[in-house]
Amino acid sequence: MSWWETVRSGLAAIRAHRLRSALTVLGIVIGISSVILTVGLGQGAQREVEEQIDALGSNLLIVSPGSSTSGAGVRGGFGSASTLTLADAAAIADPEVVPDAAAVAPAATSSVSLVNGATNWTTSLVGTTPPWLDVRGRELSAGRFFTRAEAAEGAAVAVIGADTASELFGRLSPVGQQVTVDGTRVTIIGVLASSGASASGTSEDDVAVVPVGTASRLTGSTSTAVSTIYVEARSETTLAAAYQEVEALLATRHGVTTAEADFSIATQDSLVETANETNRTFTVLLGGVAGISLLVGGIGVMNIMLVSVTERVREIGLRKALGATPRVIRRQFLVEASLLGLTGGIVGVLVGIVGAQALPRFIDQAVAVSLLATTAALATALALGVGFGVYPATRAARLTPIDALRSE
Amino acid sequence: MSALIELSGVRKTYRSGAVEFEALRGVDASVGVGEYVAVIGPSGSGKSTLMNLLGCLDVPTEGHYVLAGEDTAALDEAALAVIRNRRIGFVFQQFHLLASMPAWRNVELPLVYAGVPRAERRERAVAALTRVGLADRVDHRPGELSGGQQQRVAVARALVTEPDLLLADEPTGNLDSGSTREVLGLLDELHAAGRTIVLITHEPDVAARAQRNLVIDDGLITVDRPTAAGATR
Ligand SMILES: Nc1ncnc2c1ncn2[C@@H]1O[C@H](COP(=O)(O)OP(=O)(O)OP(=O)(O)O)[C@@H](O)[C@H]1O
Ligand SMILES: [Mg+2]
Repeated sequence: MSWWETVRSGLAAIRAHRLRSALTVLGIVIGISSVILTVGLGQGAQREVEEQIDALGSNLLIVSPGSSTSGAGVRGGFGSASTLTLADAAAIADPEVVPDAAAVAPAATSSVSLVNGATNWTTSLVGTTPPWLDVRGRELSAGRFFTRAEAAEGAAVAVIGADTASELFGRLSPVGQQVTVDGTRVTIIGVLASSGASASGTSEDDVAVVPVGTASRLTGSTSTAVSTIYVEARSETTLAAAYQEVEALLATRHGVTTAEADFSIATQDSLVETANETNRTFTVLLGGVAGISLLVGGIGVMNIMLVSVTERVREIGLRKALGATPRVIRRQFLVEASLLGLTGGIVGVLVGIVGAQALPRFIDQAVAVSLLATTAALATALALGVGFGVYPATRAARLTPIDALRSE
Repeated sequence: MSALIELSGVRKTYRSGAVEFEALRGVDASVGVGEYVAVIGPSGSGKSTLMNLLGCLDVPTEGHYVLAGEDTAALDEAALAVIRNRRIGFVFQQFHLLASMPAWRNVELPLVYAGVPRAERRERAVAALTRVGLADRVDHRPGELSGGQQQRVAVARALVTEPDLLLADEPTGNLDSGSTREVLGLLDELHAAGRTIVLITHEPDVAARAQRNLVIDDGLITVDRPTAAGATR
């Protein structure tokens, strides 16, 4: 009996038990599609974060308050004792001290409510200096950024993000309009072009950027602390030099050694590394859960094949009486199990791919379907079918024809 | 007349747990090519046991069974399967048709295991069904056929490989008198065409249609006699 013949009769047997076969396949489909989706989610998140970090520019140093636990890890930020000040930023900007820094932009971040008539919108307020635009690699879609003069005098001007603009002004052009922050009027002079990315929950497009002096006036804060100092190195090759210069300078200014620094400096590479580590953990965790469901699906196949063998003992006996050798019977059940596995695999991959297209519409998260995960899932489905089909197939093949025929 | 079947000192012991039961207790018999033999005997005497051995569905505990010159004792399961496929056609009391397949698919099944190409299989299956008078029932499933028609499908399946030996274990046991006549008529025809037939039955008038009767009692052949039909030939 040829393989093709065996496949045909396997298909016929599967068709003869439609509902049962469908349920078996369903188990595999759920397993496979969840593997594809979870791995896809993990990789999608990873890719998104990488893109955001890429957008920062590869010659950027990000100085944050608080010590770093490892070379790569970053700690601190909001809430932790702020040890970075505007004076630190000004010191770094001195080309005598840090010759490899091309531009420096401090950022003091807080949360404020912008009011335009009856519309009230809470956004994050970034107090900074004019180099911020270049250092962060942002562009304007309308208007202009504030000037050094405006920054120096703490002018009541703001540049807002694309999302903030549409929330406050709808389709109208915000440039030249005024909003009120805690009773103070602020003129909108520019709108940032959409960055298209969202970093750790806060949108890069929902922001109001103002001169640093204006920011402390608006929030009523007297502190000169900043939450981040962005330093742009002259080039990628001088990044390491800039890193050391900034580190040495800040250590001296804060009176600490670099080993016990109360600040941390991150580079694009170190950020990517940290983000990937987190994402990998998630991917492995979710993938593991999905893998278990795949295993359960495989056990389902075995169960069905065992039931099938028991139920079809007489058929097996008859086939043997008519000349089927043990090998042919074993093959028949193996092929049936593999067909179930493969069908489940293919449908699972399709469901996974469709799900990967559909999911981003419901949750704000990209899903990347990887060829490797898909191939591995398919191979697993087939292996499950064959693997869990072996035992029932062997049992079927071992039945003696007369015992099988006589069974009721 | 050369012998197709030769049994010598055949014993069959069934074992269920610690209990042993000797269903055949030393059977010697031979059936020539082209003979039509009926095996009769009371219930539990070992008729079906003998039939299963003749059909290579089971193997003797002791003794030798030589089929067409080949001692089956030396053969393994796979080789026995090939013998069943090439040399033997079965007709069972319970028909044993696969309910999910149309008549012709049931009939072609032995050809599938014989490795016959598809187109030829269908042709031969239809020819066999025509021969048993079911040319117009080729695509019917067993559930859509009467008992007599189902048994004729089974006969068609038994002949489709042109086997040396046709074994029928109470083929008319589940049939009414009309269907019984049809099926027995078919067997007569096959015999006339030169096929060797061994038939098991309870009914004396069925046994009378064979050439020769073997009476089996308590695991031993007690009588071996030609029938009136055999004697007049
Ligand atoms: N698998 C088995 N295990 C144990 N004993 C068995 C088995 N098969 C048959 N027997 C016993 O062997 C004896 C002969 O059985 P067999 O089926 O050959 O009888 P039979 O002549 O065909 O009877 P019937 O006319 O009722 O069909 C019976 O006593 C039966 O109980
Ligand atoms: Mg019997």
